[in-house]
Amino acid sequence: MTTQPGLTQRLTSFVHALRANGLRVGPSETVDAAAVAEVLGLAHRERLREGLAAALLRGERQRAVFDATFDLYFPLRVGAFPLREGEPEPGAAPAADAEQLRERLAAALAAGDQARLAQLAGEAVGLLGQYGSTPGSDGYSAAQTLDRLRPEILLARVLAALREGRPAPDFTDRLTADEIRRRIQEFRGMVGTEARRRVAELRGTDRIARRAVAPTIDQIDFLYAGRDQLAELRKAVRPLSRKLATRLAARRRRASHGEIDLRRTLRRSLSTGGVPLRPAYRHRRPQRPELVLLCDVSGSVAGFADFTMLLVQALKSEFSRVRVFGFVNRMAEVTDLVGRDPGSTAERILTTAQVMGYHSNSDYGTALGEFADRHLDAVGPRTSVLVLGDARNNHRDPNLAALRAIALRARRVFWLNPEPPDLWTTGDSAALRYASVVEMHPCRNARQLGTLIERLLPV
Amino acid sequence: MTDGTTTGFFDSVDEVTDRLAAAGYLASTAVATTVFLADRLGKPLLVEGPAGVGKTELAKAVAEVAGARLIRLQCYEGVDEARALYEWNHAKQLLRITAGRDEGWEQARTDIFSEEFLLPRPLLTAIRGSEPTVLLIDETDKADVEVEGLLLEVLSDFQVTVPELGTITAERRPFVVLTSNATRELSEALRRRCLFLHLDFPDQELEQRIVRLRVPGLEAALAESVVKVVAALRAMELRKLPSVAETIDWARTLLALGAGSLDDALVRATLGVLLKHQEDITRAAGKLTLS
Repeated sequence: MTTQPGLTQRLTSFVHALRANGLRVGPSETVDAAAVAEVLGLAHRERLREGLAAALLRGERQRAVFDATFDLYFPLRVGAFPLREGEPEPGAAPAADAEQLRERLAAALAAGDQARLAQLAGEAVGLLGQYGSTPGSDGYSAAQTLDRLRPEILLARVLAALREGRPAPDFTDRLTADEIRRRIQEFRGMVGTEARRRVAELRGTDRIARRAVAPTIDQIDFLYAGRDQLAELRKAVRPLSRKLATRLAARRRRASHGEIDLRRTLRRSLSTGGVPLRPAYRHRRPQRPELVLLCDVSGSVAGFADFTMLLVQALKSEFSRVRVFGFVNRMAEVTDLVGRDPGSTAERILTTAQVMGYHSNSDYGTALGEFADRHLDAVGPRTSVLVLGDARNNHRDPNLAALRAIALRARRVFWLNPEPPDLWTTGDSAALRYASVVEMHPCRNARQLGTLIERLLPV
Repeated sequence: MTDGTTTGFFDSVDEVTDRLAAAGYLASTAVATTVFLADRLGKPLLVEGPAGVGKTELAKAVAEVAGARLIRLQCYEGVDEARALYEWNHAKQLLRITAGRDEGWEQARTDIFSEEFLLPRPLLTAIRGSEPTVLLIDETDKADVEVEGLLLEVLSDFQVTVPELGTITAERRPFVVLTSNATRELSEALRRRCLFLHLDFPDQELEQRIVRLRVPGLEAALAESVVKVVAALRAMELRKLPSVAETIDWARTLLALGAGSLDDALVRATLGVLLKHQEDITRAAGKLTLS
């Protein structure tokens, strides 16, 4: 091996940090990564990043975690930024520093110059992000940096600068504001990366890498996902549904691939002089199962319901009939509301369908009872029923009889609960009582949802 | 170096970039680096990404610059060993048997399972060849899981066993590109055998260069506007995001219309070139505030 001795060490720590952040990286991948590092060398950082990604990653969803960790282990530079000549010393006059930085940042944003932006992010963290003075309690904060720098206020300035000196307004001018907003968002990310790097230098890379890197998208908890993460999750769910559809189709096809149809085979063989060259198979006509969904669409689990309905919408082609019912404490059919525009489904249901009675708290018992009374004809022997919700009943009557009635008519009933099982016994959760009637599965993130739907749904 | 485990098409990352560019394929850092690594480490390259970003084109471009023949295995639901690897020409075998009615079984058996009755399919062809080869396994995710198992065997040792003929090992490793739209998750085992490349939409600077390369008559300023609008569309929540192919189509359309710059009416009239669903068009028109 011609690799530098320090590099092997760094690669292995890097791999360990990736594993600590939930990426499955085996020894063979590590060997590949070492081969990559040897072939590429360290001269080009971005090439090394792409090369290692090719050897270590198995999917695009892991990329964000990979990049953040890579930036820690293969930093752009070490130590503080060299300040330019004639610039004030750090800490001398923060307000003036910030204004001077803003000036240059505005220019870099207008030009969309990535290298300059990264450089400025570094300077900004050095100048504005430092806190504490004693070793051990000092560090660098991205939040503090951004708070003092406030890059958002530059938007108007950048736009004005871009418009200046141009004779006529152009069609793309209307897109510029969004574009600059994106660049500012990117810059915020750079500041975060830089702050992590500086802290890592102070505290040791391994510790920071384990703590500061966010989980991969499909592991984000439905109940606690933020707005940005929700958009990302949506992107993760979309291919998932396609994937499931393909797999269901394949399974069904295999199941139908069966016995030889003797009569047709003989008839075919007539054209080849009685030699059965092309055997004919008897195909069973597949029966398309039906699906009925009962979704809690109250605020507490709305994110969860959104994704599941997105998935169901995509699975529509696989089921002869999908009917979706939403409830908070009253049950209403919302099949027509699910679809077209994903994303705001839960919101639309809350505003247009009769899912709420005189109060806005979840009431599973009443809702299930209403379903059993009015909509039970939606369920037949070929129907799979999925109940989606946290089973938090606000201490009301769980009405197990209604659920039992539904289970009796349906082919199968499953309950997907976005809460972890150890919470099922706490507070107002009626989860365990419902679980005694139908199968209940915890379903907390896109990955679990994918596995569950695939395993549970009939062919 | 060609010791059988590398394809030896390229000497450096820069060379990959330059030669692909000369063949009309503008490669990003990620693409050039991974192509070079796949070549040097002799590993298959798994390219994933949305439709229309140039996954298949990449394999074709590599084949072109390396002067290699391109063998393509198009995967689809139900593609099986017989379609991917080899099959026996049953009809010919039957004819052979009926033609030589009086010969012994032993004789017939050795005869009908020989080269003459073998129909090599893409995988076997790629492995048996002695000339430089690029093997493109297109839309791997469309194939069933069994085929993945088959690929595992072929791609890890580059050898194929035909029971009647014995094991055939590649004299010269093909450069393998697998593409996938991620409609189905490929198995961990297959992924582990490959280098992974996520090919995404190019950044604006690269896409401008691509547009100008493919649509030479287009003015630079208009090309810039075109790419900006497409980038804005890709940032929206649409059912089908416009791909590079669609950017080029749009640029060609604008050129054919003799447009000098974009305006509301022009964009509205030609949005259908970029977007393929009516609801996307409506939504985009709203977001772009087309009058």
